[in-house]
Amino acid sequence: MSSTTLDIRNLTKTFNVNGGQVTALQDISLSVKQGEFVSIIGSSGCGKSTLLRIIAGLETDYQGSAEFEGSAINGPGLERGVVFQEHRLFPWLTVRQNVAFGLGKTKSKSDWESVDEHIDLVGLQGFEHAYPHQLSGGMAQRASIARALANRPQALLFDEPFGALDALTKIQMQQEVLRIWEAEKATMILVTHDIDEAVFLGDRVVIMSNRPGTIKRIVPVELPRPRDRSSYEFTQLRSQIYSEFFRQETKPFVYSI
Amino acid sequence: MSSHEQTEQVIQLEAQPSGLRVPSLSLRLPHKWQGLVLPVLLVIVWEVLSRAGLLAANWFPAPSAIADTLLDLLRGGELAQHIIVTVARVLAGFLIGALAATLLGGITGSTPLMRRLLDPTLQALRNIPSMAWVPLFLLWMGIHETSKIALIAVGVFFPVYLNLLSGILTVDRKLVEVGQIFKLPKIQLIRRVILPAALPSYLVGLRSGLGLGWMFVVAAEIMGASRGLGFLMIDGQMTGRASVIIASIVLFALFGKLTDLVLELIGNRLLGHRGLHL
Repeated sequence: MSSTTLDIRNLTKTFNVNGGQVTALQDISLSVKQGEFVSIIGSSGCGKSTLLRIIAGLETDYQGSAEFEGSAINGPGLERGVVFQEHRLFPWLTVRQNVAFGLGKTKSKSDWESVDEHIDLVGLQGFEHAYPHQLSGGMAQRASIARALANRPQALLFDEPFGALDALTKIQMQQEVLRIWEAEKATMILVTHDIDEAVFLGDRVVIMSNRPGTIKRIVPVELPRPRDRSSYEFTQLRSQIYSEFFRQETKPFVYSI
Repeated sequence: MSSHEQTEQVIQLEAQPSGLRVPSLSLRLPHKWQGLVLPVLLVIVWEVLSRAGLLAANWFPAPSAIADTLLDLLRGGELAQHIIVTVARVLAGFLIGALAATLLGGITGSTPLMRRLLDPTLQALRNIPSMAWVPLFLLWMGIHETSKIALIAVGVFFPVYLNLLSGILTVDRKLVEVGQIFKLPKIQLIRRVILPAALPSYLVGLRSGLGLGWMFVVAAEIMGASRGLGFLMIDGQMTGRASVIIASIVLFALFGKLTDLVLELIGNRLLGHRGLHL
């Protein structure tokens, strides 16, 4: 928990839209320590997913610098696993084959051990030979987490991974992710629009503002885990972050009876 | 399950207000057989009308007369030969057309440069009515098997090519990104992500290609053949035997459906575990 694993400096990303330029991210600087859990929160369209895609190596055309383990990010790498909002499992492969997908064509015995170990870790034992269409949304997302973990990446990047799940499954998955984080000791970067989720999981919460996307504030969450969502400190932090998003609206209330 | 649905339907019908009384037609037949009701009814009416002498026997032979014709042809041994020749032509044309379409569709689908070079020409060729090739093929390849199989292959080619190409081009970008995340080399990305993802569309192309193959074999055999079901039809026309023509039509329908069924079964076997059906 000491050395810097991800170092982003003065990162700016523009998109060409209909001939004009749109700045998605402006002057982002962020460094993440190894083993740290960072939540990035922002409203829809603030560029948080673009930031994650740059870290993942899916967007390579940016200004500024983004380094992972000391080398510039210019494409995907097996040391950075990604869990997307949709499970993105291959419908023609079983759970086990999906989890093993990233391990190359010829898999060694230890590769398969890693596959089975991670299937167990996400609680899918017994479903190894099921196909994605037979799984519930939560189970499919577990399988996609296992797929990202099977390569034993140093960092796991989550792009709103539980946005499509129901509230109960979501809470359960958040607890699972914490358990996995403690078991794997990987760096975790989670993009979300859910304040509760960001505070529950993160060591730090990075708050992003809209158009262009900039880092507005970084809030450290110094609460011991497991965190109690109804505790005073937790709710204080949550309303503090909430006010970051909604305090601009200073219009006075008009009561009309 | 089907009988359960049926009961529900009947109940719904009976629940109508009495002023709008819909007759509660409850066929005691499993749903999948209900499609047979109309054709069977038509055949019966047809037979009855023929026997009553209301349909001219030489223009509109009774179903039983057609069955007799089929049996006669079968006993003579020639029918089996006609069937084998026609099926062999369709299969040969289908294999050649589908193979060429798979190669070209795979190439244009996976390399943008080849797509820009080849696809416009292929799309232009597609717009030529296929029958327009007939005189040229006859001139080039003579009236024998080669020209017939070539014509069928042309018919099969385009639906297979188009469906494979569009299947490849519309592969979910999100799945391709997963391949990129795991750093798959281009060739593996094609083999492990793009081709399996394009498979449903490809199978649809194969099925419609086969359908066109059957259409084109009729054309090829009508334009000049000494054997085959198409020849049998022309023979029936020349000799004024409507029963032979209708018998050939029935056989075309039968074998067309059978070969399609084979593709459907293969397709469902390949796609079944994705929860898809052709």
